Amino acid sequence: MPRLFAARLLTTCLTLSVVAACGATGGGTTAGPASGESRAGAGKITVGVAYSRGGRGDKSFNDSVGAGVDQAKAKLGVSAKELSPNAAGSDLEEVLRLLAETGHNPVLAVGFFYAQPLAKVAPAFPHTQFVIIDDATVKLPNVTNVTFREEQASYLVGAAAALKSSTGRIGFVGGVQTPPQEKFIAGYTAGARKIKPGIHISSVFLSQPPDFSGFSSPDKAQEAARGMYDDGADIVYHAAGASGLGVFQAAKAAGKWAIGVDVDQRKTVGQGLADVILTSATKQLDVAVLRIIQDAAAGKPVYGLQEFGLKEGGVGYTTTGGELGDAEPRIEELRKQIIAGEITVPVSPS
Amino acid sequence: MRPARTPGWGVASTLAAPALALLIALTVSTAVLAAVGASPSRTYLTMLEFGVRPDSLVSAVNRSAIYFFAGLAVAVSFRMNLFNIGVEGQYRFAALLAAAAGTSFDLPGPLHLAVVCLVAVLAGALWAGIAAVLKTWRGVSEVLSTLLLNYVATAVIAFLLAEVFAAGSATGSTPELPPSARLPELDGLLALLGVSLPAGAHLGGAVLGAVVLGVAVHLLLTRTLYGYDLRMSGLNPAAAHAHGIDPRRMIIITMLVSGGLAGLAGLPDLLGNTYRYGVDFPSGAGFTGIAVALLGRNSPLGIALSALLFGFLERSALILDIEGIPKEIVTIMQGVIVISVVVAHELARRMDRRRTARLVREGAPATPTAPATPAGPAA
Repeated sequence: MPRLFAARLLTTCLTLSVVAACGATGGGTTAGPASGESRAGAGKITVGVAYSRGGRGDKSFNDSVGAGVDQAKAKLGVSAKELSPNAAGSDLEEVLRLLAETGHNPVLAVGFFYAQPLAKVAPAFPHTQFVIIDDATVKLPNVTNVTFREEQASYLVGAAAALKSSTGRIGFVGGVQTPPQEKFIAGYTAGARKIKPGIHISSVFLSQPPDFSGFSSPDKAQEAARGMYDDGADIVYHAAGASGLGVFQAAKAAGKWAIGVDVDQRKTVGQGLADVILTSATKQLDVAVLRIIQDAAAGKPVYGLQEFGLKEGGVGYTTTGGELGDAEPRIEELRKQIIAGEITVPVSPS
Repeated sequence: MRPARTPGWGVASTLAAPALALLIALTVSTAVLAAVGASPSRTYLTMLEFGVRPDSLVSAVNRSAIYFFAGLAVAVSFRMNLFNIGVEGQYRFAALLAAAAGTSFDLPGPLHLAVVCLVAVLAGALWAGIAAVLKTWRGVSEVLSTLLLNYVATAVIAFLLAEVFAAGSATGSTPELPPSARLPELDGLLALLGVSLPAGAHLGGAVLGAVVLGVAVHLLLTRTLYGYDLRMSGLNPAAAHAHGIDPRRMIIITMLVSGGLAGLAGLPDLLGNTYRYGVDFPSGAGFTGIAVALLGRNSPLGIALSALLFGFLERSALILDIEGIPKEIVTIMQGVIVISVVVAHELARRMDRRRTARLVREGAPATPTAPATPAGPAA
């Protein structure tokens, strides 16, 4: 019996470790210079960065913020200490507290997951400037909320999809079903319906929290997109981070279009997939992060809501490759209407 | 519990294995640290220095309450050679229902809290009960069903959050629980003992609940008929069956108890920290609980000690990134500890058996030796 049991135990442990390995995303943390040297140099600021679960190396959200931090280090000569929470997400509050306590200022909280922990920590450190990205709910005198109007960019690519679709069916592949992701599908749907009210839109999220594999599972994304193309869709938009590659591969195989996200993916994707990308809904996370750190380094007081929309150049769409063709003037017109406030894009799916 | 032996041997062999495991883990971690170019002594000193700060200790103890409940849940099933790998899904499902229930009605203080806890226990038991029914009714291995039910739980929770309990919420979470449903903090108790905590650190009330429950489970396992049946079924199912213990009944009851205990694992966070269940609710305690139960040898006291160790290690890990040392070393350490403890116990068991055989050969008065590991599967 014990022998049999040992065997079962071993099998179970192996299974678990495989499961755990699949679930883990990246996990790597890039530590900045040791704290001793980082505090040296009068007038220089030491930025503390608390990443979302997964940390740097996720080829998505965290890496985009990291790019901004790297630019700040290079251009402004500031130093930065970058931490990641544990995989369980149970030490977010402690990570923030530790950064504040060790004299980092400003402290960047990357992602809406930090909202509740930040609301507890910020009042305890009134002289530390906190910046939270993708959250507008924490309203405190020393907290800056940075949000992006992803729904506006999504609206424009949704309109582009409706204009370019010949089947009247389009798709959306989301990464992980969280509140910020809802903005993408909401804007995309609204933009497409603006052009073609009766258009058929199928959408799927690849995973649900606490499973964050949806941002790093190209295989799942490919499967989902293939299903949509088989079903008659001819354009699929993804907001799934590194999983997006799978959508492009499915588009290539089906000879259909895909729409990229965050950066101009037609320029970055490589692997012979660029020509399936109709356009990309961009989000200038790195630019925003750089600007925030710049302001802090210049001693400029920043607080309250900082929105990065079409108007501020924080989000947009790309025309690389000229695939939009005759649809472009119409999209440009919509863009101007949004900036002028004539069109209000919904942030949650109706 | 153990039959007559040389005095002290039992205690020594019980303590020897975990001590050996810790030693092995320390050796491996030192080698890994040296390999990545970090100074092992500086790493350990940094962790220790940070880990024994009052706020660190409080944080470690609070964490350990979660791991204690999860470990206890796993251990109860281990005692009967059942593998409940589904504590993860059970406690998150339970936390969601408890959060939803707690905000749907109002009751005076302690009663409100008690009802919320009861809902959590029932919800955890319900989710574990699915695996129990599948096993007794269709012979489905609980290893598979509990593991896979974790994924089902994730999907069900996502659905319930999005469509029912958090529909229309900007943060994707249930409303906040009223104060009457929250666990009190024990800072006052510490103050009575002359300990004052730094700002921002609070000793959660769940710690007290963990102590009480630990004693209760100990009594359940050692002083009740159910506990006897459980241990008999674990040690020798055939003999237990021959004695009239219905294995199917035992499987169902044990899985329900295990799931019920699992249901408690989400409460320290829900009732003492977040006060709401959302997409950002901490996860992973169910899997840590398996490691904690293995290290703690399925006994409530052992689980308490290993939960404290895990809590301490996780808290201390925080400081490493600040010092530029990869904190993943702590995850490696935890993994090595668990593997070593399993191996060390197998070694101890074999030594024990060889020693018994020698005693018998030498014609020592035949002492009836129980199977060397009443504590369950890890041996």
